[in-house]
Amino acid sequence: MNNNQYNILEIKNLSRYFGGLKAVVNFNLTLMPNELVGLIGPNGAGKTTVFNLITGMYAPTSGSIKLSGEEISNLKPHQIAQKGITRTFQNIRLFSSLSVLDNVRIAYNFKVNYGVSDSILHSKKFSTNETIIRHQSMEVLEIFGLSNRADEIAKNLPYGEQRRLEIARALVSKPKLLLLDEPGAGMNPAEIKKLMQLIEFIHEKFNLTILLIEHQMKVVMGICERVVVLDFGEIISEGNPDEIQNDPKVIEAYLGKTNNECADLIEDEN
Amino acid sequence: MKNRNLQTIIIAILSYIIIQLLMLFGIINPYLQQIICYAGIMIISALGLNLIYGFTGQFSLGHAAFFGIGAYTSAFIIKLANLNITFYLIIGIIAAALLTGVIAFIVGLPILRLRSDYLGIATLGFGIIIKVLFDNADAVFPIMGGSRGMLGIPPLTNFIWVFLVVLISVIVLRNLINSAPGRALISVREDEIASEAVGINTAKYKTLGFVIGSIYAGIAGALYAHLYAFLHPDNFYFLKSIDVLLIVVLGGMASISGTIVASVLWVFLLEGLRIVLPEAILDWRLVIYPLLLILIMIFRPEGIFGKREFKFLKYREQKQK
Amino acid sequence: MSYFLQQVINGLQLGSVYALIALGYTLVYGIIRLINFAHGDVFMIGAYLGFYAVARFALPFPIALIIAMLGCAMIGIIIEKLAYKPLRNAPRIACLITALGVSLFLENFCSLKFVFGPNYLAYPRPFAVTNYNIGNVVISNIQIIVFVVAIVLMILLNIFVTKTKTGMAMRAVAFDKNTAQLMGIDVNLIISITFGIGSALAGAGGVLYGIAYPQIHPFMGIMPGLKAFVAAVLGGIGIIPGAMLGAGIMGMVEVLTSAYISSTMRDAIAFLVLLIVLIIKPAGLLGKSSIEKV
Repeated sequence: MNNNQYNILEIKNLSRYFGGLKAVVNFNLTLMPNELVGLIGPNGAGKTTVFNLITGMYAPTSGSIKLSGEEISNLKPHQIAQKGITRTFQNIRLFSSLSVLDNVRIAYNFKVNYGVSDSILHSKKFSTNETIIRHQSMEVLEIFGLSNRADEIAKNLPYGEQRRLEIARALVSKPKLLLLDEPGAGMNPAEIKKLMQLIEFIHEKFNLTILLIEHQMKVVMGICERVVVLDFGEIISEGNPDEIQNDPKVIEAYLGKTNNECADLIEDEN
Repeated sequence: MKNRNLQTIIIAILSYIIIQLLMLFGIINPYLQQIICYAGIMIISALGLNLIYGFTGQFSLGHAAFFGIGAYTSAFIIKLANLNITFYLIIGIIAAALLTGVIAFIVGLPILRLRSDYLGIATLGFGIIIKVLFDNADAVFPIMGGSRGMLGIPPLTNFIWVFLVVLISVIVLRNLINSAPGRALISVREDEIASEAVGINTAKYKTLGFVIGSIYAGIAGALYAHLYAFLHPDNFYFLKSIDVLLIVVLGGMASISGTIVASVLWVFLLEGLRIVLPEAILDWRLVIYPLLLILIMIFRPEGIFGKREFKFLKYREQKQK
Repeated sequence: MSYFLQQVINGLQLGSVYALIALGYTLVYGIIRLINFAHGDVFMIGAYLGFYAVARFALPFPIALIIAMLGCAMIGIIIEKLAYKPLRNAPRIACLITALGVSLFLENFCSLKFVFGPNYLAYPRPFAVTNYNIGNVVISNIQIIVFVVAIVLMILLNIFVTKTKTGMAMRAVAFDKNTAQLMGIDVNLIISITFGIGSALAGAGGVLYGIAYPQIHPFMGIMPGLKAFVAAVLGGIGIIPGAMLGAGIMGMVEVLTSAYISSTMRDAIAFLVLLIVLIIKPAGLLGKSSIEKV
């Protein structure tokens, strides 16, 4: 399903330097609508930096980022979120002392049709909008199996549910593009399986384009249609999961780093 | 929703009637009346700081400056226009609110970008500059008295005024917090990065919280100016900002009920100690008080109320089936 | 012209005192990211310790200086252990509020009659004042002493921080506390030492301030403390040469404002400088801006 014939995301020659440190060098990526693409690479390769560049947390040193044909590299993070790119974070960033419901409701804010005076005076606009927000938030929570937790404080949730909540919150605004930063971190194999199902489910149900950073090779190889490999800020390989698994450059990048990741690769090959 | 508003108003009316009766029968003498009014003024000011710091997470040490700006604005206009009828205090209050709002907006724009400890220092610096300006104000406006103080301010503040303004302040804050803009403010405190990532313009909401909170301080200042009928720049030194901070921290940041209770406690405790303590150890008041601050921060940083509220202040939404 | 030069010399004197205080701020901030509001009050205590040493015990100036420095070092270390250490992992603001509390406590406690008393005390000059005339400019021996002592202490600090093992440990902890700990550095000890050194310098500043502007009172530390902090921020917080540079500038700006504009505007100008620095370049003149890692 094409959106104005534009690719969802077009990144050209993106670079980001921190003083002398070249975090991202000449990064190119095109995402077509509805793709599920993985971004992998050893620790420190620059993957999260790419996410931070896309979402506007860092400004690029050079290069361009286009969302559905529109240049966004000069926009502030909240503007980019409003235009339809949302994300989750490597270390979960929930509004921890707020309720599950509030966490989700806040994501509706920029779509809300009333202002400060309406809230103070409890105008009709206020009550109508609040009802709508609550209704739609509960719907989303229902989909993610969190509706019975709506009034609980977010930080009291078990880890897996916190992850789910973070993803739910990112989907409330019906974004075009979802960036998932290591959603499987800290999960056991059973949870990973559920996570994979969840990602595939939201991919389908919300008509999303998804860019996924993951270290768990099972996840990447299992659900990604395409994989991009980063090392030292540069793309060293690109292709479908089978291709990159057998790419000697990729293997070397990982072998040269840690044994754990190498073991993952080898285990998946078997 | 209507239920809660009704409850709040009933409790408010009841307490008003009780206190008025006590005053009528002379049980509450004029001195005590002044103290009660002062407590109300501190409630308004502290609610403002709670909005800025407790709810929006912006650490401001400049609150006393806005209190002062409101005070001098109201005193200046009302004294100049020679308004002696209590009702006309509304003019002073509105003027105070407008000026503090505008100044808070202008000052807030550049400095709210700063990280918390730097913001504290910046607002502290702002407060000191304002105080110096107050000290020298008589060079431009002789009526303001400068470092000699401003006298002869029409004493228009009374219990009715204070009560009304406190009531409105509480309801406004409660309604604001339990709404979409309110949740946006709170999300800025919780996690600014995540807040931006879900589309909240954090700069806008930081400014919103800061401006409204400072307006509260300005209005409180206006009431204060016409309570004691005398203003001196020393009353608005940054040390006074720490008083309000103590109240907010003591009561529980992000708890409206906590702020109300702590304000009243603070005023009456300070006054009470002044009466009760013998002359010799009166100065110990000022030693115990910062010690209290330190102990709270180490042992109970969430304050008396934590984030809890009295039932009638909690905004309960209708649960959807 | 000679009036201007005179003011420059006065500015250097003031700047020297500010530098000693500013160094304490910058050392502590560098190591635990805390704006130690109580630092200005340690400065005040140093002034009083020097006062008692000279006025009550008739000790010679160098001894008084050392006593003040040692006394303040101890007080600084005690404050850290009691008030700041428990909050090492708390949000930054909690420490800041606590520091405010400590500051107020010290000021009001020292105001009590059985401690220092609330009144202004005249500082006895431990030696006779002699003025030297160079052209149309007058320099007193007091000014020379203030300047020289400050410079000597700063040089000693610099040597300590750059050439000794402890100094290196201090710099390591300031750079990355966790890694320093993993390397076997006793972080608690280093923090205590940092507080001790910073407080000792403030104490020296207090004594020098006392003989230069010979009136002391328990609240004397508030303004110099805040201005010294502005100096540290101006130069680049956490950077030692920055504190010295910033202090020199602050001292000069204050004296020149007093001389050419008005003395009542002194304080306002100092904080105007602060606001300008924070808005334009928060990292300070010698600082590099850092980006928060997500």
